[in-house]
Amino acid sequence: MPALLRRFLPVLILLALVVALPFLLKSAYQLRVATLVFTAGLTAIGLNILMGQAGQVSLGHAGFGGIGAYAVAILPTHYGVHPLAAFLIGVTAAGLVAFVVGRPILRLRGHYLAVATLGMGILIAMVIQNQQALTGGPDGMQVPRMELFGWRVRGAETWYWICGAFLIAGAVLAVNLIDSPTGRALRAVHDSEVAARVLGIDVARAKLTAFTISAVYAATGGALLAFVNAFVTPDIAGFLHSVELVTMVVLGGLGSVVGAVVGAAILVVLPQVLTVFHEYEHLAIGLIMIGVMIFMRAGVVPTLIGLVRGRSA
Amino acid sequence: MTCHSALKSLLGGATLALALAAPALAQETIKIGAVLSATGPASFLGDPEEKTLKLYVDRLNAAGGVGGRKIQLVTYDDGGDANKAKTFAQRLVEEDKVVAMVGGSTTGTTMAMIPVFEDAEVPFISLAGAIEIVEPVRKFVFKTPHTDKMACEKIFDDLKKRSLAKIGLVSGTGGFGASMRKQCLAVAAKYGVEIVADETYGPKDTDVTPQLTKIKGTAGLQAVVNADFGQGPAIVTRNYRQLGITLPFYQSHGVASKQFIDLAGEAANGVRLPASALLVADKLPDSDPQKKTVVDYKTTFEENTKQPVSTFGGHAYDGLMMVVDAVKRTNSTEPKKLRDAIEATKGLMGTAGAITMTPTDHMGLDLTAFRMLEIKNGEWTLAN
Repeated sequence: MPALLRRFLPVLILLALVVALPFLLKSAYQLRVATLVFTAGLTAIGLNILMGQAGQVSLGHAGFGGIGAYAVAILPTHYGVHPLAAFLIGVTAAGLVAFVVGRPILRLRGHYLAVATLGMGILIAMVIQNQQALTGGPDGMQVPRMELFGWRVRGAETWYWICGAFLIAGAVLAVNLIDSPTGRALRAVHDSEVAARVLGIDVARAKLTAFTISAVYAATGGALLAFVNAFVTPDIAGFLHSVELVTMVVLGGLGSVVGAVVGAAILVVLPQVLTVFHEYEHLAIGLIMIGVMIFMRAGVVPTLIGLVRGRSA
Repeated sequence: MTCHSALKSLLGGATLALALAAPALAQETIKIGAVLSATGPASFLGDPEEKTLKLYVDRLNAAGGVGGRKIQLVTYDDGGDANKAKTFAQRLVEEDKVVAMVGGSTTGTTMAMIPVFEDAEVPFISLAGAIEIVEPVRKFVFKTPHTDKMACEKIFDDLKKRSLAKIGLVSGTGGFGASMRKQCLAVAAKYGVEIVADETYGPKDTDVTPQLTKIKGTAGLQAVVNADFGQGPAIVTRNYRQLGITLPFYQSHGVASKQFIDLAGEAANGVRLPASALLVADKLPDSDPQKKTVVDYKTTFEENTKQPVSTFGGHAYDGLMMVVDAVKRTNSTEPKKLRDAIEATKGLMGTAGAITMTPTDHMGLDLTAFRMLEIKNGEWTLAN
């Protein structure tokens, strides 16, 4: 396989998926579920750069999603900022917060880093929860509809294509990053920080880059979700959502771009499919998770690729 | 006619009959949707609501349905997540094609679902408390529970009767407490009540004595009101007694469950709160028009679920009965006709009170629906 094709294979798979799905999905409800997979998938791709490439964990990424989401809710509502500008401000703000917070906390490793990021995420969620006058508190707030050149952006199909486009763009950036000097530096940090430092890699900087990039992804995903729903509640920044994001990445496969989206798809679609079981829904989700963790330890996508390669060899 | 062709025409006839019968059958079921927070942090709301809906749909169907039509209930669990709630709402409208929705356990999930039902023009009866749901009035959105504004008014009304004017307000920063605090501040002037101290505490705080000490030291204080639900009010009540404050103390309808009395123990005695008649069902005088409804619901729920009755399940009962009542009156399952019928609901006796909807009032309850209760010896009693 030519190197270029191999590199962009994940993007092509996702592109085919985004284009093909509307032919299979009949109702706005199904398009909405696909759209939710895209927004969650985008966040998961970003988190995968931090977790899969750089080998650092974050239990507070939903906080960045919250910054993006509340930026597009608060700025247009209270300050009359155009939603598109609010979107850019939100994403930039999340990147800045990650940059500033990341410097000190990325010095920590393992459990300490997990606890520090956890604390950061909870703090963001608390601010959103308590700043009632701005955020509407725990009851949430409306997100004004975006208007572009006199055209109101709304409807399940429109948002499907917008989120699909963002997902593809996010995937392109991610695969490019993996094969860039930065990506190689991140993988070196992942394997051994000492060895990476010996090779002349600025470890702190590499980690900070990955953290900031993943925060920008999360904020973009959060802002898109807020636009799609036209309503946000503080859940979006909550701890449970952070855990869900980490689960997506681990379930789909650390370091795999398609894996992140598959992980997102599993966590978003599964509860919809399992409603037929009513009471046993949570039991079934739990069993599937445990099954994947035991039998597909590298995550769904890397394990499947390994199986296919093993058979063809 | 040969035997073969006779068989063929017979089969043809049977197919035709089936084809004719199928839409008729489909028309006969009344599909009602419910997105509830049956699990997760708001399950104390969603769980009794879900049990109530299932219980009463089964009972209605066993009794022959509504106007000969069976009810089919489609329930989804949103886990308290507004994003999931919206997805399920869309599913109810598009895939399940429900004719009405009774659900939305929290204000957050309700607000997220409203646009879906407004766009699809399907009536949506919310079970959540905040006043934003029905103010401004939205064409297809109704709600069954009392609002926090009414709780404030009922408390202030009682204060006025006791000639108390200067009060201290201590509220939780959670959704319920924050919303009620806002409403209380807004309506205080109308009742001549002056809020001389205004303190808040977090949902996970285990001690509220600093805030209460500050309130206690406020000059001219005559009574204290606590706006919150869950375990916070129990802590506030205990701290209140520990500080030896003897002024009248009010809680909100948010603590109207037996759990509050268990948690607050001795300290709960003497606390007053506005609540649904459901809590004092047995103690209502026989002349009370609401007595039959609340006693029936309480015994049915408790016998079938072996759980103490809660007002939240009662909200679901009221919502279901509003839809049933509307179907009976219109004899139709067309969502728009149902909406018109629900808006014309008049004097329907629910667990929360007599419901009378108008085009400008999509809740349909007045202050008489609330009872002022006082806890005496660990039991709810009617205060006046």
